[in-house]
Amino acid sequence: MIEIESVHKSFGKLEVLKGINLTVNKGEVVSIIGGSGSGKSTLLTCINGLEPINSGKIKIDGTEVHAKSTDLNKLRQKIGIVFQQWNAFPHLTVLENVMLAPRKVLGMAKSDAEAIAVKNLTHVGLAEKLSVYPNRMSGGQQQRMAIARALAMSPKYMLFDEVTSALDPMLVGEVLDTLKMLAEEGMTMICVTHEMAFARDVSDRVAFFHQGVMAEIGTPEQLFGAPQNPETQKFLASIR
Amino acid sequence: MFDTSLSWGDIVFLAQGAGMTLAVTAVSVIAGTILGIFCGVIRVQLGPYWSIPLTFVLDIFRSVPLLIQLVLANAFQSIAKLGWPPFTTSCVVLSLYTAAYCTEIVRGGIDAVPLTTRRAGRSLGLSWWQDMRFIVAPLATRVSLPSWIGLTLGVMKDSALVLWLGLIELLRASQILVTRLQEPLFILLICGAIYFLISFPIARLGGYLEKRWSPND
Repeated sequence: MIEIESVHKSFGKLEVLKGINLTVNKGEVVSIIGGSGSGKSTLLTCINGLEPINSGKIKIDGTEVHAKSTDLNKLRQKIGIVFQQWNAFPHLTVLENVMLAPRKVLGMAKSDAEAIAVKNLTHVGLAEKLSVYPNRMSGGQQQRMAIARALAMSPKYMLFDEVTSALDPMLVGEVLDTLKMLAEEGMTMICVTHEMAFARDVSDRVAFFHQGVMAEIGTPEQLFGAPQNPETQKFLASIR
Repeated sequence: MFDTSLSWGDIVFLAQGAGMTLAVTAVSVIAGTILGIFCGVIRVQLGPYWSIPLTFVLDIFRSVPLLIQLVLANAFQSIAKLGWPPFTTSCVVLSLYTAAYCTEIVRGGIDAVPLTTRRAGRSLGLSWWQDMRFIVAPLATRVSLPSWIGLTLGVMKDSALVLWLGLIELLRASQILVTRLQEPLFILLICGAIYFLISFPIARLGGYLEKRWSPND
């Protein structure tokens, strides 16, 4: 369970998160939508401790992320994150990209790590690309590799930060299909996304962020069908 | 045409000079690179503001002519009664000189690794050290290699200045022969050829590594 309690976060004088409260239960898929600068992506980087927070609490299975005593390297093994920029390690082959963390962080034997990497790469449809270097692949393939790389750590939670925003429109589908597949398998996911159809089809709940505040949250039917908050209405009208 | 009084013994003498050049260069480049990597990482970790004192010290080594550094260091070790032989003094000065340049090369290499790539590594649970070792180091090395090869070749040629401390390296050995045999052009030609023979493999090694790594980038 991910518990976010009145989290405030500022970059200098700019307050980007103004008291966010959100609980994500096991097996739940929550999508976060909203305009640029609404704090959606920042929330994700705070959840796995890549960014410090100014006040409030984020707990993963009861462990407070920003407590001094928390071993972040260990906690992060539970939480996979995939970014807008797929961030392949360009000096490693696809297989090595996925094997790196299981080997070095979990201390797995080479053969075990390789088996896990092959399994996850096959899962995202990259079984034929194992010995290829990332720069030889399309953006969509690199993004799927990044998903496999995160999955290889057997995370309990997956965070997706606008994973399709930097892709050519024709490549968006293959990555969204991968996310749908994960959702159907019961992975607990928080997806920051601009793909409204995806948010509507896959999510259990959809949250709308506006200027650092979670303006509205509800089931896809509620939020897309009958939004209550005027800002949500404005946002949804603007993208239709 | 080649009517020279250069003897076999003289060639051996030149080769010994070349050996000294190689020794000074090897020690200085190895020590300077290790120190430079260390300072470069510190420089990046501290950020530009907190590393001002370090940068200032390194800037001194980069801006004062090497010859002056050598003479001052030699005078200093003698006043401080350190009893360093000229070889040690030369290596210490050249190492610091190399480290000063190497620090900037290392810093540039580390800065060239996108922060987002490093974040991706850390988000997988890699520690700071693992991120440095398995992601930053290989990528930064690729970026820094050409500058580092240039630095190494530069230090090798600059090492000729240690002749002022009395070390008989390649250039000094040539000078001695020129004075004795009065055949400056011929001897300097040989001296230049030896410098080239030492430099060429280093330059080629750099070219080879760049080529080997390039299809992956």
